[in-house]
Amino acid sequence: MKVTFRIPGPLLSFTGGRHVVEAEASASDAAAFTVQAALEQLWRLYPGLRERVLTEQGQVRPHVNVFVGADSIRDTGGLATPVRDHAEIAIIPAVSGGSSCAQESALPM
Amino acid sequence: MVDVRHVSPKGGDTLVMVGTMKGAFLFRADASRARWQRGGPYFPGQAVYAMAYDGRAGRRRLWAGSENFHFGPVLRSSDDFGKTWSKEEDGAIRFPEDTAATMKRVWQIAPARADEPEVLYAGVEPAALFESRDGGKKWSLVRGLWDHPHRPQWQPGGGGMCLHTVLLDPTRRDRIHVAVSTAGVYRTDDGGRTWRTAHRGVRAQFLPNKYPEFGQCVHKIARHPSRPDRIYLQNHWGLYRTDDAGESWKDVANGVPSDFGFAMAVHPHDPDTAYIVPLESDEFRCTPEGRLRVYRTRDAGKSWQPMTRGLPQKDAMETVLRDALATDGYEKAGVYFGTRSGKLFASRDGGTSWTHLADGLPPVVCVKTATVAKGRGKA
Repeated sequence: MKVTFRIPGPLLSFTGGRHVVEAEASASDAAAFTVQAALEQLWRLYPGLRERVLTEQGQVRPHVNVFVGADSIRDTGGLATPVRDHAEIAIIPAVSGGSSCAQESALPM
Repeated sequence: MVDVRHVSPKGGDTLVMVGTMKGAFLFRADASRARWQRGGPYFPGQAVYAMAYDGRAGRRRLWAGSENFHFGPVLRSSDDFGKTWSKEEDGAIRFPEDTAATMKRVWQIAPARADEPEVLYAGVEPAALFESRDGGKKWSLVRGLWDHPHRPQWQPGGGGMCLHTVLLDPTRRDRIHVAVSTAGVYRTDDGGRTWRTAHRGVRAQFLPNKYPEFGQCVHKIARHPSRPDRIYLQNHWGLYRTDDAGESWKDVANGVPSDFGFAMAVHPHDPDTAYIVPLESDEFRCTPEGRLRVYRTRDAGKSWQPMTRGLPQKDAMETVLRDALATDGYEKAGVYFGTRSGKLFASRDGGTSWTHLADGLPPVVCVKTATVAKGRGKA
């Protein structure tokens, strides 16, 4: 399984400046390959990224969006969203910020 | 691109560390504190609610809690006065899995006593105390406080559910006071294993029961270094002093325009002298009558006098937040505070007269001071 990750500007210090990171994983059951499993490959390459994208409890941070192709995983099953070979996964800061109201109203994953 | 300036403090210089909602700044001056240089912004765009200076064991180390709105809080340190900072990936401070809690903000970084130079504490949101015993590399939750039976019932205040102040007793190694909004003051006498409330006599005006077991909205506590049993307290309504390390508190709101406010600091050498910036009310959290006044007591709260020289006295609707007022260590004490409107003021005569140090900063949430040790710093 080959996956391409798109890394946002604020996290480039973790990837040595790489906007695009390619990762390969051997999936015994390709049908069961998920965003979670794909991200594990990213953490393996850049361990510091994990706690910036996820909370210490393993959930996607409330103001971070993860897309598989054009679809936000919030709408497709969260970290359990299936991932196909050659998929592109983008990590994108949500267009929220600044206001404490936004912080309160954001729904956790 | 953000233009980041740097300062190069020397031994004996005064440092004022300023954390704002959108980055951190450093101000340096020599011991005369007459001319200031500014460094920063560090972590532009990120909130910095906690800063500290660790000068123990030959260090010259700055600490900052930097908080990316999207990607969460981390602790950063610098051994070259902000020119370079420790890596983000080395700065994680995290709740253990079994707590199911998620770190929202670091509110306070407190290096421990000089004779335990590898120990630091951090107060965080959701309200908890963390401890490091290796100079800040690894942090662990202080379980004694987290497991306190009151904790699940603590309620967040307007600023969040935060443990915002950590006071280490300079003479009793195992005694620590912490202040939590909205819970009160808690004290340990055994290094953090067990905790009990230490706010008897502090009124909770906003509750039906005015003197509850806990639930006081303590905005700030400030301990005097040479008289550690004396602590001043600014409550969400109410101004208090204890002389017995929190066993009992006395109302000292004598001659202030309002006993609502956030910030509080003590004089470095005179335990009878303390500073506050009263605000009109919890509904209108601005300086009363459009006048920016620091109130100073020199008799341990029996009376308070307004300090106005050099401070705007017309149309000044300012707010000074809980960690945004500090004193330095000089005999003739420097006093510093920042406002939510991004102004920074300084006094080098114990609060009698003030100069305008900066304007147009992002909202100031934290002001801390340090004197840089003479001699070579150790990285």
